Amino acid sequence: MKRSLAYIFICGLMFVSCADDQDDNVNGYTATPLELEIPPLFAEKILPPVIPEDNPQTVEGVALGRKLFFDKKLSADNTLACAGCHSQANAFTDPRQFSIGIDGIAGTRNSMPLFNVAWNYNELFFWDGRATSVENQALAPVTDPIEMHNTWSQVATTLQSDARYPVMFEDAFGTQSIDSVLVTKAIAQFIRTLISGNSKFDRYLAGTEELSPSELSGLNIFLDENRGDCFHCHGNPNNPLWTDNIFHNNGLDEFHEDRGRGGVTGDPREFGTFKTPSLRNLEYTAPYMHDGRFATIDEVINHYSEGLVYSETIDPLMKKVDEGGVGLTPEEKADLKAFLLTLSDPEFISNPDFQDPN
Amino acid sequence: MRKIALALMTSVFLIGCNNDDDTQPAVVEVSVDFTFTQNWDGDPIENSDFDIPQYTNENGEMMSISKLVYLISDVTFISLSTGVTYDAGDYNLINVRDQTNLTFTPDIEIPEGDYIVSFTFGFDDEDNQDGIYQDLNSADGGWNVPMMLGGGYHYMRLEGKFIDDTGSLENYAYHTIRAADTSTDPVTLQDTSFEVGLGQITIGSSTNIEVQMNVAEWFKNPNTWDLNVLSTVLMPNFDAQIMMFENGSTFSNSQGAFSLGSVTQ
Repeated sequence: MKRSLAYIFICGLMFVSCADDQDDNVNGYTATPLELEIPPLFAEKILPPVIPEDNPQTVEGVALGRKLFFDKKLSADNTLACAGCHSQANAFTDPRQFSIGIDGIAGTRNSMPLFNVAWNYNELFFWDGRATSVENQALAPVTDPIEMHNTWSQVATTLQSDARYPVMFEDAFGTQSIDSVLVTKAIAQFIRTLISGNSKFDRYLAGTEELSPSELSGLNIFLDENRGDCFHCHGNPNNPLWTDNIFHNNGLDEFHEDRGRGGVTGDPREFGTFKTPSLRNLEYTAPYMHDGRFATIDEVINHYSEGLVYSETIDPLMKKVDEGGVGLTPEEKADLKAFLLTLSDPEFISNPDFQDPN
Repeated sequence: MRKIALALMTSVFLIGCNNDDDTQPAVVEVSVDFTFTQNWDGDPIENSDFDIPQYTNENGEMMSISKLVYLISDVTFISLSTGVTYDAGDYNLINVRDQTNLTFTPDIEIPEGDYIVSFTFGFDDEDNQDGIYQDLNSADGGWNVPMMLGGGYHYMRLEGKFIDDTGSLENYAYHTIRAADTSTDPVTLQDTSFEVGLGQITIGSSTNIEVQMNVAEWFKNPNTWDLNVLSTVLMPNFDAQIMMFENGSTFSNSQGAFSLGSVTQ
């Protein structure tokens, strides 16, 4: 009798301790957990990635999200997938200045690249931070009239009638009933797997590769408050994200037709501020700035060197604005560019796990 | 398996029954809450005050504040009754504009009683090790100081605009770090963190201590700060860092930027 009570007690304890309090799926269904492959440098240097409790990473969820990401059925006329404006060869951004929607209409901002988004700790996405999660970010393009121009009810109907999707949703979420919440959850899971952490500079920090004298000089310029001073917004060797994910006015224009973050918050103090993009994979993500106005890295460097324009909300970190910038020499510009190119991760843009499975 | 189960049971009961027969009177240990407030010579600085040129510094320049983020560490309590020192050893990064970490509870519990309380502005050299704090590496794009300046972490980022001698609106970035003289090889470093004494405080079961920062003091005493001369590129400026230390601390009997506010029980 005593033994029986003891076992009941033990079993109770075990059930209590092993209960999956993250399980938010239908009927208590749990798919196969999948750990993100976190680069060693990330694990050592920065906080863990942000994974929402109601959308844990799973093998089935990522597979479904990957299929959806590359599937043109999300658009109203079956011609445009997420990947249509987020190309792997371009670190999941669009090489065009403005992406073109299904009706042939161009957007007004350059598509943002997609990598390491799980480390965006403030969880504000897009150039203006209007999306508050990766899931929320995936929600907008489907119904945007100048992007996929679809409705979520139509998407659900289309996917529901597909031979494979209902089963994949069942595997991922325990239900064959498809809706926008589950579609965006799956896409978000896939997007969180888009991790880039194997650049030449990562290997330099790991001690497995050397930088050239020019690249080292460029790093010094990047970190030198008197010259590049790039690090206050774009991070430093202790932060492999190469962005602060904060909003700044970096001196592009005197007047702001596009209010950026200020357009979302309504706060005039934020007019003309946009999220700092990561410098990682810069080599693949042209054109640059929120409106893709610069075609080359050289143009970007020239902007900070001699092209700054004053406006009321310009960030205090912009220096010598009345002179256009810090005035780097041609050699300094070349070295800075050489360093920036060490942040390229060619393995990321050819990783077969990120390619079209359809 | 049965042995494992019974061992587990036993340990559960042992934990549950621990100290039931302890005849010593229980010492009540409590945590202490801190609230950080900021002002300009007494006028509270709130989110709505940022980016508005409304402050006149000691040198006469009208200026605004766009960013105010600062680090405190090593909150310390010295018991007046026992002489024992309690050092929480942790730190807090306060972002005034974003209103984050304005309240802080050091990770330590101490017996109720009377204490001399202090903390460190920034990190002292013992704590100011390069890249070892994941949360600070992740904060604000990296709260770090480049290795060319000795590494470690910023103490404060105070930024904004001011009206210069020509009437133009210019940027300033008043960043405080450990002073680094890059003209020597190796770089000469000088710890410019400082202890902020809050005096004697009675710690009870729910004590909250307000710490006030008067931002105007950073520009005032003993060094009247001229933003026309010292506005940006202050991190590699050894002398400027020393002056910042002098103005922020109670060096040379100056008032310092920090003071004790209200204490509630």
